[in-house]
Amino acid sequence: MRVVELRGAGVRLGGRSVFDDVNLTVDAGEFLAVLGPNGAGKSTLMRAILALVPLAAGNVTVLGGAPAQARARIGYLPQRSGFDRATRLRGVDLVRLGVDGTRWGVPLALSTAARDRRRSERERADRVIELVGAAPYAHRPIGELSGGEQQRLLIAQALVRHPQLLILDEPLDSLDLPNQVAVAALIRRIATEEGISVMLVAHDVNPLLGYLDRVVYLGGGRALTGTVDEVITAEKLTALYGSPVEVLRTSDGRLVVVGLPEAPHYHGHRHDE
Amino acid sequence: MNVNPSLKFDLIADLRELFAFPFMVHALEAGTIVAVFAAAVGWYMVLRRQSFAGHTLSLMAFPGATGGALIGLPVSLGYYLACGAAAIAMGQTTRTSTRGFGSETATIGTVQTVGLAAGYLFLSLNSAILSGTETLLFGTFLGVTQGQVVTLLIIAVVALALLAFGARPLLFSTVDRELARASGIPVGTLDVLFLLLLALAVAATSQITGVLLVFAVLVAPPAAAQQLTSRPLAGLLLGIAFALLVVWLGLAAAYFSPWPVGFFTTTFAFAVYVIARLIGSRR
Repeated sequence: MRVVELRGAGVRLGGRSVFDDVNLTVDAGEFLAVLGPNGAGKSTLMRAILALVPLAAGNVTVLGGAPAQARARIGYLPQRSGFDRATRLRGVDLVRLGVDGTRWGVPLALSTAARDRRRSERERADRVIELVGAAPYAHRPIGELSGGEQQRLLIAQALVRHPQLLILDEPLDSLDLPNQVAVAALIRRIATEEGISVMLVAHDVNPLLGYLDRVVYLGGGRALTGTVDEVITAEKLTALYGSPVEVLRTSDGRLVVVGLPEAPHYHGHRHDE
Repeated sequence: MNVNPSLKFDLIADLRELFAFPFMVHALEAGTIVAVFAAAVGWYMVLRRQSFAGHTLSLMAFPGATGGALIGLPVSLGYYLACGAAAIAMGQTTRTSTRGFGSETATIGTVQTVGLAAGYLFLSLNSAILSGTETLLFGTFLGVTQGQVVTLLIIAVVALALLAFGARPLLFSTVDRELARASGIPVGTLDVLFLLLLALAVAATSQITGVLLVFAVLVAPPAAAQQLTSRPLAGLLLGIAFALLVVWLGLAAAYFSPWPVGFFTTTFAFAVYVIARLIGSRR
């Protein structure tokens, strides 16, 4: 089964076309990076897959159905600027909300069945916190944690509901380089172990090299898909942007893309609807 | 009626005197209901950083009371209607935002000004003069009737049942709107419903504490609790405990002294908040 399939997908926000005619498939267990300059529509593409923005053209299926029907099976980490320092809630509470945050009803476990369910959900939350290495600080107020610590807890929150698809919007953004590589390796390991497909939005492909199956490059309102070696070439990116782009490879294998045009409308953090 | 109640520093005798008169029993009943109701809703309000919205809602009691008097409605019904209308007006703007609550302050301020202007208009149209302005602003505990207590109880029970039913999705959308929305929670609808619950809590509370001193039970106790714990349930219960302490001590102190109840509840609430901050900042 295709985990994500977009055919001729286009999104317009505020009368402006963000991208159009995007064709993309993600298979089970695949690790895919979504790349491109600021304002290219990476977050918007993710939000379209989550049914948070409507498509102006084409269609999208997620896990075999309409995106809104797949929500319970998607783990999501939104693009963010961090929790407010005064947020008086523990990391572990955030992770638990990933399991039961959508559940209506009085949050008291009164029956034996409800108590058993709560216990197994809490154990699951503790396991994913352990898995991402956030156990030492999961019981501290989340606003007091560093960006990297918050990011690991948010990844735990995305994992806790047994997702089949992880959508991570710039999870490496607030991390230093060693942490970027560590988190990329962590995500790769979890995706392999749990058989989860991952779509990861990133500014820089380098921390992800060696972990990725494929990349999607957004630019000029269109998208290129393929392996890193197929897509990140001077020829392909020059054709995508319609202006000269150079791709340099350093002696240790890192890629440097020179000449990317920055899109004119960059809003800094989250995109407004 | 005992005109000069005096403190004998004998706990049993003093408590017996406190419960000797029906008006005082009603005041304690109403105060207890309001403390639990306001602190529970207030815990979410503080976490959502909507204290400014809560403040604006409390001021809506002014157009509510004057407008009610103008068209012959009971004052408390005027409170509920005006607060509810203001909540819906503010909710219309917050529900379209993805960013949270901070950017809505301009809208809330506008609603506040319009509400106060309407109240002033109603007051000047109603030349019969609004009686009990001081009570409206600063509260009293002398006039609470059995009927008011029952009404408060019904409103509080229904509102708290709703709050409990939506406790987790509301918490989720409070912590991260984008995540909650992506999980299928109707975040915008919850915003409006929460503002309406807040309006109910404010209108109920202001009948006891007065319009200006609502925050003594709505903000200070939950804010103090959040200084001391970041566990959701523990914080909620601690906030309620603080609010009960503030209201009971405030009513008792006012009973035994000539000073008004609003002064005491506010002072005790302030003291609780300051102590909690001092303890919280040491850890």
